[in-house]
Amino acid sequence: MELNQLTIHELKEKLKEGKTTSVEITESVFKRIEDVEDKVHSFITLMKDSAFDEAEKADKAIREENNIGLLTGIPVAVKDLLCTKGVKTTCGSHILENFVPPYDATVVKKLKEAGAVIVGKTNMDEFAMGSSTETSYFGITKNPWDLGKIPGGSSGGSAAAVVADECIASIGSDTGGSIRQPAALCGVVGLKPTYGRVSRFGLVAFASSLDQIGPFSKDVEDCATMMNVIAGYDPNESTSVSADVPDYTRYISKDIEGWTVGIPREYFIEGIDSEVLDAVEGAIEEVKRMGGKTVEISLPHTEYCVATYYVIAPSEASSNLARYDGVRYGFRSQDGRDLLDMYKTSRSAGFGAEVKRRIMIGTHALSSGYYDAYYKKASQVRALIRNDFDEAFKRCDVILTPATPTPAFNIGEKMDDPLQMYLCDIFTLSANLAGIPGISIPCGYTNSGLPIGLQLLAKHFEEGKLIQMASAYEKSSKIEKRRPDL
Amino acid sequence: MKYEPVIGLEVHAQLLTKTKIFCGCSAKFGSAPNNNTCPICLGMPGVLPVMNKKVVEYTIKMAVATHCRINKNNNFARKNYFYPDLPKGYQISQYAYPLAEGGYVDVEINGAKKRIGITRIHMEEDAGKLIHDENNPSSYVDLNRAGVPLIEIVSEPDMRSPEEGIGYLRRLHEILVYLEICDGNMEEGSFRCDANISLRPKGEDEFGIRTELKNMNSFRNVQRALQYEIKRQQYVLESGGKVIQETRLWDDSQGVTHSMRGKEEAHDYRYFPDPDLVPLMISEEWIKEVEKTLPELPLRKRERFVREYGIPPYDAGVLTASRDLADFYEKTVKY
Repeated sequence: MELNQLTIHELKEKLKEGKTTSVEITESVFKRIEDVEDKVHSFITLMKDSAFDEAEKADKAIREENNIGLLTGIPVAVKDLLCTKGVKTTCGSHILENFVPPYDATVVKKLKEAGAVIVGKTNMDEFAMGSSTETSYFGITKNPWDLGKIPGGSSGGSAAAVVADECIASIGSDTGGSIRQPAALCGVVGLKPTYGRVSRFGLVAFASSLDQIGPFSKDVEDCATMMNVIAGYDPNESTSVSADVPDYTRYISKDIEGWTVGIPREYFIEGIDSEVLDAVEGAIEEVKRMGGKTVEISLPHTEYCVATYYVIAPSEASSNLARYDGVRYGFRSQDGRDLLDMYKTSRSAGFGAEVKRRIMIGTHALSSGYYDAYYKKASQVRALIRNDFDEAFKRCDVILTPATPTPAFNIGEKMDDPLQMYLCDIFTLSANLAGIPGISIPCGYTNSGLPIGLQLLAKHFEEGKLIQMASAYEKSSKIEKRRPDL
Repeated sequence: MKYEPVIGLEVHAQLLTKTKIFCGCSAKFGSAPNNNTCPICLGMPGVLPVMNKKVVEYTIKMAVATHCRINKNNNFARKNYFYPDLPKGYQISQYAYPLAEGGYVDVEINGAKKRIGITRIHMEEDAGKLIHDENNPSSYVDLNRAGVPLIEIVSEPDMRSPEEGIGYLRRLHEILVYLEICDGNMEEGSFRCDANISLRPKGEDEFGIRTELKNMNSFRNVQRALQYEIKRQQYVLESGGKVIQETRLWDDSQGVTHSMRGKEEAHDYRYFPDPDLVPLMISEEWIKEVEKTLPELPLRKRERFVREYGIPPYDAGVLTASRDLADFYEKTVKY
């Protein structure tokens, strides 16, 4: 096996024993990027020079056994929605094509403090609006399992980079499924933490009350390690929560004997791909073999999730994206005749179609005379959706659902039909609306070799339970570890 | 027909905190352009606001001093509009749940006491400033002021003459300065006033159509603008016309008001609760604690001077016009 194919814990072992160096690992990662990046296009910006500097620094730390962090010497990639000091942060948009932040996002700072080697900034749907990474201004990311298919989105680049072994782990963000859905479609582990668990400071906002940063990794143990690095209170963020952060790795390799797993009937609907359904039902059987009990539960307001989300998220986005006005940074059209015209021409040329669609939806939903019917009503329904989960978790430890209704679809298949695209996130949106954590883990492959994802949901701040169950399932199910043939 | 003016005033007062409302930048006036800025008050992508506790404390002081009811449960809202001095494209303000409501200030006009109601006091951030080049068709943006804390004090439409308006303004100004929460400098813009004014036939209960006046940077200009606007509206009404609901700018050099924008061009601010800030809870203990720090307020001091030192009310007024002078007087009297 090549170094770039290994996990964080495998590499840490090798580094500790002196069997390899961070520079070697980083070399193998960049060699791989050289080989496959043309086909996959996971990255918007590569950070080769600084990566090797960081790798050398890591090797020095390891040699001197001084200042060794949880990720010392490990190459990771970061979604291009997180600010990186001195390195272009585009959000997949023309309007920020040349934006270089003067500061690091809290999570980026934490990665650096943990000793990580940052490989580059990954491709994404423009401003995280999309489920296929097709709305990026910088081109489409392809699914490494089938280059004719999408990798999911919006964190498609982060998911593809991990499964294509172009990095060891990566960071994404999830507003309605943007970590869990691409994790499922690419066959990696992706966790969306509880709202408030990981600092949003420096994460370019899409929908502030829904956005949350989380990791992609090759296995569940790596997911736990990444969470140990990024979770925790941040005084720079008012919605960050000061609750204690456990050591997530202590949930690895434990059993789930006696756990109750809730199966929500509203998530097993007509229209789910039959191979996805088979794989998820197989996982339910596996849960029973592992000593878990399953119980059918109901989340009665599920049918309103998509509608609620598509009022709240665009409303917040319409306000969050107002700052891209061409005045201080980013793209400014030279065609403006006056101030208003400068705004109009800059924003018309700077934003892509999906972003403009959502800005218009959100602006309408917040406007005077419509606020009560849309935004306010949606906020009320959101409270009911949250309440559904509170009730459900009185009866079960975790909830199990398919992560997506179908495996990866063809490039271009849904680009002309926004509603079909929005339905890709039908099983993942609810966790963002409720603020609860969710994880997507591989649970099988279709006959044509596309990965299928299983979603687990838990109560607020119970990421530990998700990791425990995902780890137990990973061990017990023995889902075959395949690698895409690139 | 005899007309009666109905006046309500909106005062914006900059708070004298060391740092801005949502970041650690200095809130001082007069630095070189864009020196007091950071990614947060520049509205860079990805930044988030964190509330300055002092701002809340100062606002509570003003609320207590003006006899307001303090809402225990506050939140912040976004007021959305585009302008180059507004880096985020929205101003963080308070909308549905302001910090204080339902207070009053007592003023004395020609010996007669009058109580002017205060509708609400809320906290918000100031915008930056545009500097227009006189020789080039360029404008420069200075964001030093962006994020400086403001309180907006909205009065009831309780004033019936420019003199009452000025009387009320002077009292507010005096209280803010006494509390040492605002320096009250109108020229530098740390104390600003917009006026809503309408006319109605004397004896009528219903309000007439109002205009909003802006750009008056001294007490005198507020008075002149109100006087001018009364005459203008009276002329419109008496010649059979209708006052149009609009925003008008005071032109100091010409001594007139000009229409700035009509009702149709009025912004739809699309207020909604700011998801980046959590609701702000104000406990009874906190209010009590702040209350204890309040100095003797000018009106009370004035009454006490009359009572204690046996001086005429006018003299007491002069001596208590500033806290320093009043303290000096009291110290001197002891000798």
